Amino acid sequence: MSATTEAKKGRQPPPFLSYLAKIAKTLGSIAVTMIGLLFVTFVIGRIMPIDPVIAVLGERATKETYDATYIAMGLDKPYIVQFFYYLWDVIQGDFGPSRLTARPVEDDIARVFPATLELATLGTLIGVFIGVPLGVLAAVKRGTLIDQIARVVALIGYSMPIFWLGLVGLLIFYGILGWVGGPGRVGIFYVDLVPTVTGMILIDSILDGQWDVFWNAVSHIILPASLLGYYSLAYISRMTRSFMLEQLSAEYITTARVKGMSEWAVIWRHAFGNIKVQLITVIALSYAGLLEGSVLTEIIFSWPGIGSYITTALLSADMNAVLGGTVVVGLVFVCLNIFSDLLYKFFDPRAQ
Amino acid sequence: MTAVGIPEPGKPGWRQWLLTDTPTSRRHARAASLYQSWLTLKSNKLAMIGLGILVFLALVALFAPILSPYDPFAQDLGNRLQPLGADGHLLGTDSLGRDILSRLIHGSRITLYIVSLVALIAPIAGLIVGTVAGYVGGWSDTVLMRITDIFLAFPRLVLALAFVAALGAGIENAVLAIALTAWPPYARIARAETLSIRKSDYISAVKLQGAGPLRIITKHIWPLCISSLIVRVTLDMAGIILAAAGLGFLGLGAQPPSPEWGAMISEGRKFILDHWWIATMPGLAIFTVSLAFNLLGDGLRDVLDPKDGGEL
Repeated sequence: MSATTEAKKGRQPPPFLSYLAKIAKTLGSIAVTMIGLLFVTFVIGRIMPIDPVIAVLGERATKETYDATYIAMGLDKPYIVQFFYYLWDVIQGDFGPSRLTARPVEDDIARVFPATLELATLGTLIGVFIGVPLGVLAAVKRGTLIDQIARVVALIGYSMPIFWLGLVGLLIFYGILGWVGGPGRVGIFYVDLVPTVTGMILIDSILDGQWDVFWNAVSHIILPASLLGYYSLAYISRMTRSFMLEQLSAEYITTARVKGMSEWAVIWRHAFGNIKVQLITVIALSYAGLLEGSVLTEIIFSWPGIGSYITTALLSADMNAVLGGTVVVGLVFVCLNIFSDLLYKFFDPRAQ
Repeated sequence: MTAVGIPEPGKPGWRQWLLTDTPTSRRHARAASLYQSWLTLKSNKLAMIGLGILVFLALVALFAPILSPYDPFAQDLGNRLQPLGADGHLLGTDSLGRDILSRLIHGSRITLYIVSLVALIAPIAGLIVGTVAGYVGGWSDTVLMRITDIFLAFPRLVLALAFVAALGAGIENAVLAIALTAWPPYARIARAETLSIRKSDYISAVKLQGAGPLRIITKHIWPLCISSLIVRVTLDMAGIILAAAGLGFLGLGAQPPSPEWGAMISEGRKFILDHWWIATMPGLAIFTVSLAFNLLGDGLRDVLDPKDGGEL
């Protein structure tokens, strides 16, 4: 028994190799998940009641063209072969042409994705900068009025239909009060004024020095971003509270207090310092959730992001666009999940 | 008050029977433990408010034809876009002159229908996948959990959108799409529970008595997974309602003229600036019901799953 463990110890690879093995394992699991994801979209694409040949050729193609395209698209091959064709195309970044815009889907996605990214990033920032302090406060003042208010704020956030809140927000702040810009990314007079660099209009307008465009864009993004921010706030503040409660009941906190440390230092340096890693994971998850949750928000605010793109494509039976968009959103989702996993492993010595 | 110990007829006797420390039968013990949980839940005011709203919703749905003052589909174009409280229409009328209150009342049936179907399909599917993966282990565990991960990796609403697009719009397909995106968390929970139960002594004892895997899973593992699943289902209900309403809003769930709440918001959206109540009232209904589920779920978690109580 001891001899074998001894032998095992002797053959243990150097640390960097085990690190490489870990990375390889992670990459492998990403690959498997991605292939699975593509398989699901492939199946959805196959059961969709849309003829892919007619989608390309239009309704009035002749029988000969139809048959030729049918074979050219590989539709006569077995499904498993078709799946590998699909896989190969996607790996090369080819999602096929969009029926609606008559452009390659990948170009469309590259155009609409920055808009979603901009909205979700701003929403997450709002959620973090309000949600984290609110959660900490609720944990420190457990059971008081502040804790109750934080709980109600979060519960309302969990229960509110986001598209409805967006409508009501538009009605009040745009329709009645006129405090914010209406739907869309910028007002009609500001469209296409700034050259596209990153695709995020806030950053592009700063890069170009066009401050009037910037402020107009801010007035348009502030309402949808606050809405998304509220959702992520609800989640982040509850998680922060429960993490903090766990830390504050630990014995080392009592020790720190007994030593006469100021309450501020106990809370922020000790307790908060220990929940940072868990918090990063939660924030990454909520960020991924916002990329998805923005589907309905984008429609309400006519935001030209990936959510509106998928939905518009869906309503006009543009299969390539729907599947391409779904795969991209799924990919981002997977990457963020894995990123938060890695961060967790990297920063938390117990998980190593 | 007569002598202590002799059960009085009526309510107090039942109370005593339920609160006893020495149950006389298995059914007695089960009833007593249920009653204890009920007492704990009853002391949670917010949870009781949630339960009250849900009971009210169920009653409204049950007696919808009696309660609604008008036919939810009857159009009255002379009376369209009436404001709140206009002659006999408590919540006004929509763009086709249909009474909004009656439509809301009938819409509660659709909401309950969607929620109960999803709440039946998703947890059961998750329970089967999770317990099989956890109990059998090995390759089937790896494969099943990979599949679960893939479904978890998909953003729920986008996947539901794609499914509805493939299957065609409609309530049943919306239910199926939401259930297909909702089962993975249940599978995770069920697997975790199974892994912790699998090695326990009583499972070995049952095995020695000759029980096969099927019997062990259905009779001895499932009952122990139920309570954590119930908590999760109740907390998920709000999400299911919101997802269904979102699909309805996009025109992919219930089809017009169905009085589904999300579809009603979508109809009212065109008139939001001048006739705000048309979109606002169904939104309030959705909000109230999902809040009720969240409040109840929060309370249930404290009762059934005290180990991470107070997380939400």
